Amino acid sequence: MANQPNSEIKYLTPIAVDVKKKKYCRFKKSGIKYIDYKDADFLMKFVNEQGKILPRRITGTSTKYQRKVAQAVKRARHIALMPYVADLLK
Amino acid sequence: MLKNYETVFIMTPVLSDEQMKEAVGKFQKLLKDKGAEIVHEDHWGLRKLAYPIQKKTSGFYHLIEFKSEGSLIGDLEVAFKRDERILRFLTVALDKHAVAYNEKKRLNKAAAVAETNPEA
Repeated sequence: MANQPNSEIKYLTPIAVDVKKKKYCRFKKSGIKYIDYKDADFLMKFVNEQGKILPRRITGTSTKYQRKVAQAVKRARHIALMPYVADLLK
Repeated sequence: MLKNYETVFIMTPVLSDEQMKEAVGKFQKLLKDKGAEIVHEDHWGLRKLAYPIQKKTSGFYHLIEFKSEGSLIGDLEVAFKRDERILRFLTVALDKHAVAYNEKKRLNKAAAVAETNPEA
């Protein structure tokens, strides 16, 4: 409607139409087969500020690799490379 | 059947260099005596822990990758538990992707060392 010349309402800036960016599984895309629990810096991408594992709906990881991410994070926690509980991790 | 394993353990930071080597040597010997083949070893040195363990905030990390029968793991873990110098340990079985990943990582590391050394 806004784009029609005869329209009553005119916007100064075009209305932001949400174009949903499709999420993808980064492991499938880049062909990573094994998630290293010793690489704490990489695993930090999959936890929030409190050190909790982020859900799939946010990271877009596929089920198969989400299980592996969770396993790796838990192992990293056990050998004190990552905290079990934290505040302001990032 | 031989399987690939990887074990990481954390030693107390109060150990001197020699004591630490002795502790590491003890576990290497244990593995070898039980017929394991050590594939790779990595000493990470003193690292800060993400949270205190036994009121210590740092520890010496050591990683051993080895091939062995599964029956040995129980003995190894008992030895870890009995040793007071060990704060924490983690033994995991490696699947084929993990073995490939570790090999690739080692190759990259070797290549990086070879690249930097001639320049220096």
